[in-house]
Amino acid sequence: MPILEGEGLTKHFGGLAAVSRVDFSVEEGEIVGLIGPNGAGKTTLFNLISGALVPKEGTVRFQDRKINGLKPHRICRMGLARTFQSVKVFPNMPVFENVLLGSLFGTSGGMSSADAAGEAEKALEFVGLSALSSIPAKDLTLANQKRVEVASALATQPELLLLDEMMAGLNATEVAEAMELAGRIHDRGITVFMIEHVMRAIMNVCDRIMVLHHGEKIAEGTPQEIAASKTVIEVYLGE
Amino acid sequence: MNSITLGLKKWWIPGLLLVVLLLLAGLPRFASLYNVVLVTSILMYIILTQSWVLFSGPTGYMSLATAAFFGVGIYTAAILGWKLPLPVVIVTAGLLSSLLALVVGALTLRLRGIYFIIFTLGLVELIKNVVLWHAIKFTGARGRFVVLVDNNTIYYLMLFILVVLLLTTYLIRRSRYGLAMRSIGEDEEAAAHVGVNVTMVKVITFAISASFMGAVGAIIATRWTYIDPYIAFKSLYSFMPVLMAIFGGMGQLYGPILGAAVFAYLEEVLITKFPYYYMLLFGVILLVTILYLPDGLVGLVQRLRRGGWARGQHANT
Repeated sequence: MPILEGEGLTKHFGGLAAVSRVDFSVEEGEIVGLIGPNGAGKTTLFNLISGALVPKEGTVRFQDRKINGLKPHRICRMGLARTFQSVKVFPNMPVFENVLLGSLFGTSGGMSSADAAGEAEKALEFVGLSALSSIPAKDLTLANQKRVEVASALATQPELLLLDEMMAGLNATEVAEAMELAGRIHDRGITVFMIEHVMRAIMNVCDRIMVLHHGEKIAEGTPQEIAASKTVIEVYLGE
Repeated sequence: MNSITLGLKKWWIPGLLLVVLLLLAGLPRFASLYNVVLVTSILMYIILTQSWVLFSGPTGYMSLATAAFFGVGIYTAAILGWKLPLPVVIVTAGLLSSLLALVVGALTLRLRGIYFIIFTLGLVELIKNVVLWHAIKFTGARGRFVVLVDNNTIYYLMLFILVVLLLTTYLIRRSRYGLAMRSIGEDEEAAAHVGVNVTMVKVITFAISASFMGAVGAIIATRWTYIDPYIAFKSLYSFMPVLMAIFGGMGQLYGPILGAAVFAYLEEVLITKFPYYYMLLFGVILLVTILYLPDGLVGLVQRLRRGGWARGQHANT
């Protein structure tokens, strides 16, 4: 049974169909990649899943429960967390408080302040930021801010994590570290659905890849199949 | 040595606050009636400002609805003051104001930035005109008389509300709820996505802040003897808390308190000394503050203290 399933998802912005009749599914325990040229509708699709946007048509099911129409905080508490393409940290809060918000508010049952602080510390340690926990998030490098976001998301104890371009804007070393982090998140038993432009990363890490173009799903398959697909090459390189 | 300095740094503000509160509690025993009345209106402004900051400070939503909640409190006292004991009237006023805030908040807190500001300002005008229409149509008179209460009672009630407000502010600030409010001010979308129920946090805080504004309205109305919609819903009461908070500086808990106290005292002095130019002088003071003290009085205090410490450290080395 898939952990996340989308059926006929459609979202228009004015006259433009940002996402149009997209069907997809993510199995429990998978790492699935989502690629496509700029403006293909990848982030819009994530916004439809996380509750930031409400689809015009179609349904999203998470663990067999319909979640479209629910508020983002409800979806988060059900165990579906995400990060953002343009990093969204709380700039003037210390790193620790950034992550604490996740464990205080984002977990399913809620927890005591002491437990939440413990969870936040664990999440920070997991992403390797324990040493920076008292520094305001705005003073961190981009790579570390992205780690803060991941730590906040992990602190909500998700079953499924949506990563929106975790590697964009990072240098080669940082990309390697981010890939390693994605792998470790997966090893914890968290299902990962990620948007990525860094092909090397997505080809190495993902079990399966979906390709969006002009809001429609044009291909899906293993990294090898996608790399060999004529349609995908045409979309990226032109005919 | 170091821990003592740290301890002093940590305790001097609450300690100072306690001393000030004790002095205020004894004020009617040694001060003239004029001064008691003056301090009452200073306390009123402190409460209005601090309750405005309670919501608008951390969340970043600039509300100009203060006059609406304040006015609801005033009218509650005018209508119920003749039949019910004063404490009941004050509590009712607080409840009615927070009820209004709940309804308005649920409807409008999805608006952001300028739209929210304009709406809240519009709300004051709307309620003013509805009350005016009702008064003229059904009672045949524009205003109402308010039951009289002696000045010391008004003073102590005001002080009591202030203490409750300060405790509430302190408890909220250090709770998880305060953290959630700050996260909304920093990035609302991110807050929602880590599980913060942003709508609920905003609406409830808005209502808490409104309840204090309503309570204060009910108390001060008893000093005014006569009110009408223009007096009760004067939009000046929406702008004053904002100006006072900016004047004091919003970075620290005591900033808005300091700002409101100095500003309100200044108003009184200027109005008595320069009745014709006081608005002009007021404007100049505000301009100077915004231009040269972007962090308000608090910023000035901090700059002076830092200067002092820097010199002290230099002497040590």
